[in-house]
Amino acid sequence: MLRTPRMVGPLLSLLATIIATGGAAAQGRNETLIVIVESGPNTMDIHGVGANRPAYQASWNLYDRLMTYGVKTLADGSKMYDYNVLKPELAESWTVAPDGMSVTFKLRRDARFHDGTPVTAKDVKWSFDRAVTVGGFPTFQMKAGSLEKSEQFETVDDSTFRVNLLRKDKLTMPDLGVPVPVVINAELAKKHATANDPWAMEWLKNNDAGSGAYRLESWKPGQETIYIRFDDWKSGPLPKLKRVIVREVPSAGNRRALLERGDADISFDLPPKDFAELAKAGKLQVTSHPVENAFGYVGMNVKNAPFSTLKVRQAVAHAVPFEKMFSSALFGRGVLLSGNPIASHTYGHDFFPSPIKTDLTKAKALMAEAGYANGFDTTLSFDQGFATINEPMAVLLQESLAQIGIRTTINKVPGSNWRNLLLKKEMPIFLNAFGGWLNYPEYFFFWNLHGQNAVFNTSSYQNPEMDKLIDAARFETDSKKYAEDVRGFAKLMLADIPRVAVYQPLLDIAMQKNVKGYQYWFHRQLDYRQLEKQ
Amino acid sequence: MSALARHAWYVFGDNPVTAGALGLFIALVVLAVVGPMIAPYDPLASDTTMALQAPSRMHWFGTDQVGRDILSRVLAATRLDLMISVAAVALSFVVGSTAGAAAGFFGGWTDRLVTRVTDTIMAFPLFVLAMGIVAALGNTLANIVLATAVINVPFYARMARAEANVRREAGFVEAARLAGNGSARVLAVHVFPNCLPPMVVQASLNLGWAILNAAGLSFIGLGVRPPTPEWGIMVAEGAAFIVSGEWWIALFPGVALMLAVFCFNLLGDGLRDLIDPRRRT
Amino acid sequence: MSRIVARRLMVAVPGLVGVVVVTFLLNRALPGDPAAFFAGPAATQQAIQEIRVKLGLDRSLPEQFALYVRDLARGDLGRSLTTGQPVASDLFSRLPASLELTLCGLVLALVVAVPLGVLSATRPGSPFDHGARVLTTAGVSLPIFFTGLVLVYVFYYLLGWAPPPLGRLDAFTTPPPRITGFFLLDAALARQPTTLAAAARQLALPTVTLGFFAMAPIARMTRAAMLGVLGSDFIRTARASGLAPRTVLLTYALRNALLPVVTLLGMIFSFLLGANVLVEKVFAWPGIGSYALEALIASDYAPVQGFVLTMAMLYVLLNLTIDLVYRLIDPRVRIEG
Repeated sequence: MLRTPRMVGPLLSLLATIIATGGAAAQGRNETLIVIVESGPNTMDIHGVGANRPAYQASWNLYDRLMTYGVKTLADGSKMYDYNVLKPELAESWTVAPDGMSVTFKLRRDARFHDGTPVTAKDVKWSFDRAVTVGGFPTFQMKAGSLEKSEQFETVDDSTFRVNLLRKDKLTMPDLGVPVPVVINAELAKKHATANDPWAMEWLKNNDAGSGAYRLESWKPGQETIYIRFDDWKSGPLPKLKRVIVREVPSAGNRRALLERGDADISFDLPPKDFAELAKAGKLQVTSHPVENAFGYVGMNVKNAPFSTLKVRQAVAHAVPFEKMFSSALFGRGVLLSGNPIASHTYGHDFFPSPIKTDLTKAKALMAEAGYANGFDTTLSFDQGFATINEPMAVLLQESLAQIGIRTTINKVPGSNWRNLLLKKEMPIFLNAFGGWLNYPEYFFFWNLHGQNAVFNTSSYQNPEMDKLIDAARFETDSKKYAEDVRGFAKLMLADIPRVAVYQPLLDIAMQKNVKGYQYWFHRQLDYRQLEKQ
Repeated sequence: MSALARHAWYVFGDNPVTAGALGLFIALVVLAVVGPMIAPYDPLASDTTMALQAPSRMHWFGTDQVGRDILSRVLAATRLDLMISVAAVALSFVVGSTAGAAAGFFGGWTDRLVTRVTDTIMAFPLFVLAMGIVAALGNTLANIVLATAVINVPFYARMARAEANVRREAGFVEAARLAGNGSARVLAVHVFPNCLPPMVVQASLNLGWAILNAAGLSFIGLGVRPPTPEWGIMVAEGAAFIVSGEWWIALFPGVALMLAVFCFNLLGDGLRDLIDPRRRT
Repeated sequence: MSRIVARRLMVAVPGLVGVVVVTFLLNRALPGDPAAFFAGPAATQQAIQEIRVKLGLDRSLPEQFALYVRDLARGDLGRSLTTGQPVASDLFSRLPASLELTLCGLVLALVVAVPLGVLSATRPGSPFDHGARVLTTAGVSLPIFFTGLVLVYVFYYLLGWAPPPLGRLDAFTTPPPRITGFFLLDAALARQPTTLAAAARQLALPTVTLGFFAMAPIARMTRAAMLGVLGSDFIRTARASGLAPRTVLLTYALRNALLPVVTLLGMIFSFLLGANVLVEKVFAWPGIGSYALEALIASDYAPVQGFVLTMAMLYVLLNLTIDLVYRLIDPRVRIEG
């Protein structure tokens, strides 16, 4: 027998400690929320270049805006933001000028930044100037509400701020409540600005200069973000959660396991199938809400052959296996649109309910009429980042298209390249999705089908008639004319069919039974201020 | 029986595990050839009404998310996976051993060049290099084979180089030269065949590694394209279903993959015994 | 000794140059335009072009390479676009996580595989021998991510024995003050037994996953080397001299048999570093493998380049260390070298 080495004793006791401390740290649990995500923020600055979606969540909780939205309770008891009600946040009140061309905001006098300094109108102006100047996504988003030039923003006095309007736009006020127009601590930021970097982009990337209900305790990019409550927050009722820990867990199966075993409190990032099963099993709360003004679609390039031929696109529309896609890829977690170009809960959804019926015989006939009786070969692309839903959809679509003669090779495109390919607008046929923050149909159409050819106009669709209708709808005040405009551009889209709307996604979220207060927001991120653990 | 056959019989008889591996190998090859023909369903045919069914009489291995029969897909994948591994290993074997033998035999610049290249390749953690190559060139079947081949070249090159180097001054090589054979001919006909045995062992081990490599690439999204049935990608996709209880989607391709790799590994060991009794393990 | 070290390092330099060039080229060949990615979802061509210029991507390839090499010489590995931090600091903070995991995996594999190999060598051809071979080969025949996921499923999800796969520490434990970056070591040095225990618990499953993979080659090599040594003359003499079997086995045979195993360790360590990428993804381990993987998918050049370069240098250092260790163990090498 081997003589037991002298290390064994201490090793055994260490082992015992290891096993014993397993059930540790239950204290503080009820005031701490553990959120698990697939990936985390890549910046703390929403105006930063390439800010990703998780960065919106960080910004929303670390920073305040002038106003926020109210809450409404739905029939099933769940809560969501009310896009018709704007509530004070940093602004106590606001008045629209009699001529309608400016809005004056009175700021709260007791609002403080996280470093203790008061929030003034100068900070608001600096922040808004920044948003419209840095370019990229923030500037675009401001433009959607006709907020375009820094001349529009005026500091009347320390607690009065005025926005002058370029034109009357019903989206201006709602646009001030979206994540982009945050109020940054201008003095603090300016201390870290340089001649080359007047907006302190470098410093604000990693640091928190906000006045929001939560402060940044620590951020380890790629690992976790920890938020701690800002106890001096006055822009609303003090949140119940003292601490929020957001951890990145790349494996979807593990995220589900963590939730089921109670080692994590809440998560958005699960495949639809898991949500369907968790909802049924009943151990966790699963809350769902259709993502507003959003849908997933089959897009086609209308500029290049063969999809430039209208009949080919119509054939594809009749070959899309809507029900199969909905059940196998989405497990029913969504709203099946079957071609309806306007999502549910958005004005105009009832104009053209389920307009496209799957009909392979008709599709084959259309192909023949288009001159492609023998079919053709092409590539079907989708974003690999959303493979969980897109891959089964692509496989089913591929099979269906093969039956009408369109032979496709599937191209799974990595995330960084996807953006690039969308911009190039050369992909013949592809799966994509779009969701708009502001719940107006013309907002969606403006980004996706208007001749201004934003990146989201993935089909390269150009039609002056469409542009006329969209532009009219954007600024129309008469409700009857507005209805005509909306019906008009929806009908036009169905006639020209540059894309086939398949489904409206559901925003599912799973949480432990003791987590209360969740509210659906248009930006689809978590607002920690409303949550609590009982 | 010839001497080799008798020796083989002795080795295998003494080593039932290796004999088992040989049997398994033959079974795999047979399945690769006839698999697609005996598959009960079309491996690409979906049937969403029968999605995610547990193994049953109709579907022995169950069905996947879009209702495809897993047994048929596993059978179809046998051919593809064996082809990937054989192609990759053959490629790296041919390129590596030729380059290595030439380097060992001729020395000088050939040697320096080949050594530089293999050192560069070996300095990368192998999987990472394969990842980089496939990401850069695109995840087609050809590129996956190429990437796997590239990362395996150094093994063969080094072995061949060492063996050729040793035999460079050997008597029979002198004799061949004196008989009037050119250098190239000496290398090809006399030296090279003697380098082969240890490399054949390595080849067998690499066959298994090639399949695992493809599986790893699939897990991070760089594997074969859908809807191609390949063990690695089926395991990677099925992994997401383990926690929700649909264990069969990952298990069956996983077992098939494991058996194949297992078989190649054990076979490699057995070949080692066969070829060089001094190095019997 | 220092002359030998210097000579070895000189020999390694061309290899490193090769790595730098190949990585640079591979990176540039990656599909995807980081400029498009980072310009954001609503970018126009013009905005993307601006970003491209800012990132220096509009320059010619040789020019970009020259800039890259110049920065390297200054120790500047560039900046990651996904984390927004300098690559060097990202790697510095994440490297210990990968190293700690890999070393633990290697140690576990050694602790299991060496005795297994030794025992197999003392009973060649026995059922134990065959059984050990089957067991270790099975470990290396499964895709490593699959092993990891199955272990998580069985030991965490079903049995609850293992802690949640959330990374190096659970959500409520703060890391020990950083001295080496290895949590086990740092916690021990800072006398924080609960932190040490927490870190060890999180390490358990990923270590087993990695170790499982490394067992087979180590066991095989140990067995082969032991068999070779046991058949040699000096062992026969030792036995004939009447030394106890255990002394013969451990003091004489094993020490000599370990030499080829030590050589093999270098290769295995490098191999495990590569396999780390997959294990880190499964266990949410914040190491450089997952860092590089995310960067690769985002066509974020700098981290991938930095990662590969770091790995290559580690490999060189490792081989150097093994060479030196070899010299210490084997006096013959010292005399010849």
